[in-house]
Order: sequence, then C-alpha cells, then structure tokens
Amino acid sequence: MSEKRRISLTVNGKAVEREVETRTHLADFLRHEIGLTGTHVGCEHGVCGACTVLVDGAAVRSCLMLAVQADGAAVTTVEGLARPDGTLHPLQTAFWEHHGLQCGFCTPGMLTSLAAYLEAHPNADEPDIRRAISGNICRCTGYQNIVAAALDAARVMREGR
Amino acid sequence: MKPAPFAYHDPRTLDDLVGILGQVENAKLLAGGQSLMPMLNMRYVIPDHVVDLNRIPELSHLAESDGLIEIGATVRQAALERSALIAARCPVMQEALGCVGHFQTRNRGTIGGSLSHLDPAAELPGIAALYDATLHVAGPRGRRDVAFADWGLSYMTPNLAPDEALIGLSLTPWREPHGAAFLEFARRHGDFAIVGVACLVALDGAGCVQRAAISLVGVDVKPVRLRAAEVAIAGVAPSAEVLAEVAAMARRLDCLSDTHVSAAYRQRLAATLTRRALALALARAGGGHDV
Ligand code: FES
Ligand code: FES
Repeated sequence: MSEKRRISLTVNGKAVEREVETRTHLADFLRHEIGLTGTHVGCEHGVCGACTVLVDGAAVRSCLMLAVQADGAAVTTVEGLARPDGTLHPLQTAFWEHHGLQCGFCTPGMLTSLAAYLEAHPNADEPDIRRAISGNICRCTGYQNIVAAALDAARVMREGR
Repeated sequence: MKPAPFAYHDPRTLDDLVGILGQVENAKLLAGGQSLMPMLNMRYVIPDHVVDLNRIPELSHLAESDGLIEIGATVRQAALERSALIAARCPVMQEALGCVGHFQTRNRGTIGGSLSHLDPAAELPGIAALYDATLHVAGPRGRRDVAFADWGLSYMTPNLAPDEALIGLSLTPWREPHGAAFLEFARRHGDFAIVGVACLVALDGAGCVQRAAISLVGVDVKPVRLRAAEVAIAGVAPSAEVLAEVAAMARRLDCLSDTHVSAAYRQRLAATLTRRALALALARAGGGHDV
C-alpha cells in the first residue's frame, strides 16, 4: 500500500484540498486529481517542458516535483492564464494570431514558460526568447512562429503596463 | 511511468533530518529534484525512503561571513543567478549557471543537488573545484568538512556515507582584483557540457600573472584542476605563447570517451576552451597583454 498525505494548495486561485499518494508527481496530480488536463505530460523526465506550470510564480517542470511538495503553494496552470471573464492572456492571443501552435502538445509549456519569462524580462529580444524556450521541445512548428508570437506578446504586455 | 512507492519524509529542522538519516535504510535525499525525479519516474532508483530537504530553512542560507561565502545546500540555482552577493564576489558562478539546464530547471535545481549528484559534466562542481570549496556534511556521527579535492570518490560518487547529507559549502572569493571566465561546449544550449572550463586570474602591478586557477568539467569523472599550468604561469607575463603552452597542457589531460565523443575530441576541446577562457579572464583582469 502506498503512503498517502492530505495537502492543500491553490490551483489557479482556487483552494483545493486532496489526499494524494506521496509518490504522485505534480503533473499527474493536476491532471488526474484536479482534472486540469491542459498541463501536458511528454517525457516525465524533465526534457520536453510540456508539463511546465507556475509554482508561486516560478516556471517549473511539474513532472519533476512531487504533489506533496506543492502543499501550501499557489499553482498556476495553462488554464489559469486567461482572465476569469475569458479574456485571453496576450501570449495566447499572439500564439493564435501568429500560428504559434500546430498540434498544441507543447503549447501549455510554451505559454506558462513565456508568461513567467516575459513577466521578469519585459524587454526580451529574440535571442533571449529563444534561450528561454530552449528547454521546451516543439515537434511541429519549427519555433519560428512561437518566437514571433512571443515577441509580439512582449510588446503588447509592455504597452499594457 | 511514475515512482515506485516510498515513504516520504519532510523534516523541518537539521536535527530532525539527522535523526531520520540515522534510522532509515535505502533512502534518497530530494533537493531540487531535477536529477532524482527523472530517476524516480523512470525507476532507475527505487528507494524505500525519500527524504525531502526543501522544508528545512537552515539549508537555504546564502551570506558572506568572515571572508567566506556560505551557501546552503538547498539554495536554488536561480537564486544564485540573481544574487547580488554572487554577482559581486563570484560572477564566474553566474556565468556557469547560464549554462545549467534551462531557467525552469534552475528554478528548482539546487547547488547541493548538483554537487551531490556529481555528474562528470555538471558546471557547478567545476566552480566548487575552482575555488577549492569546503563542503559541509552532517550525519548521525556529527558534522564534518570535506575539501572539494576529496569530494569526488569516483564516477558520480561523492564522499558521503548513506546516512549523511551535504548541508552546505563555503567558498573563499578572491580578494585581489582579478578576471574570471567560464566557457563550455555542449551540443545544445542547456545540455551538460562536453567540456567546460572555468578560470580565475589575478595580475600584479607589472602585468604578470600573480595567481591563476583553472578547472575543467566533462573531461574526466570529476572536475579537474590544471594545477601544473597554474604554477607554470605564475609570475609570467601573459602572451600568445603562454596561452598556447597552457592549452597544450590541457590537451594532455586524460579524457573520457563515450558513445558521443572520443577522448581525442575532448582533449581538443579542453585545449581550445582553456585557451579561450584564460584569454577572456586575462582580458577581464584588465592586463595590457598581447594575447
Ligand atoms: S513531461 Fe515534464 S518535462 Fe517532459
Ligand atoms: S505544436 Fe505540436 S509540438 Fe509544438
């Protein structure tokens, strides 16, 4: 029998309390316990970046964290990027407009990573953005439109400040 | 794919940690998890106990005291990257950190984790070697300090008993004006280095090398200091010939070979990167030299 623990945290601003197996990683917890399947699981060993979420504002790979380690934390997933009224995050709008996704598998990790990165680096240029997403693998787009979308979103975010 | 069952411990104090370490068998210490979690997910390791260090505030200090920089084992790589203290006293560590994984992994990864995992190509052990860091270890038999030169016992094996934990390290930053540089070659940004080189160099009033430190990662199972070259260039005026001589010494290092890279290629990289890193450190030291 695997050991369990009760944890409480906020996910996209909502308080949640659950009993979890201590060996459950955060990505599985978000998908299977909370039902937020926007967080994608590609490799489960920290290479692809698809599972990136924000934990207390910092972009991290949710497959490399145990759910119990998020006890007490504030977690934001891709589902939490848009405003409650449905207004998309500037990055989401820019990905849409610039065709920054094809199959969409990498997209949640791209969006959460870039949301945190642009928050901290509002004046990021193209090399900065390429470095920021160097840990996020996309098998479809060739990255070009992702970078274009990120640069455009950075501009919109700067203007909105 | 997820970890096999284990008992999870999250001690809140160092004393509790030591108490747990004295009781459990087949335990793994979890710091940033950027190496251990993949191994757990893939069941390369199946520990009976996972002891999480993240809720022990005593392990997350970063401060200068008595001329030493003291860094707790669970200080995140991202915190070191942003630290004004590290920027002022040990900027070469930040240069190396820029090559460690990706910003998302640095948000979790810790310096203690890097030093304990001891991947041959990891950047931070090379910085610990460069400064002759002292590592602080705690366990049921008390505390002990280990010089970095005695830290790596063999391939990915630190000088740590199963019931001990690395709790921090101290570095002695160079007081005199000096230049520093870290360069590496990796196949993709964020990969482990094939070879990485860190240099510190201080010049005297006449523009000659007063002292130098050169460490390499990726060449052997643990970081290597190029001590013979450090001694050879002390008191010497830097020149292209001196750099070539140091590069030749790097090229003679015994190097690993693996499925990706031959030993001969590593030796070439060691020579080229050592020459470039030393030239950059010299330029940053502000010497009017001909390199
Ligand atoms: S699923 Fe987490 S990095 Fe790939
Ligand atoms: S859009 Fe398919 S993996 Fe990126």
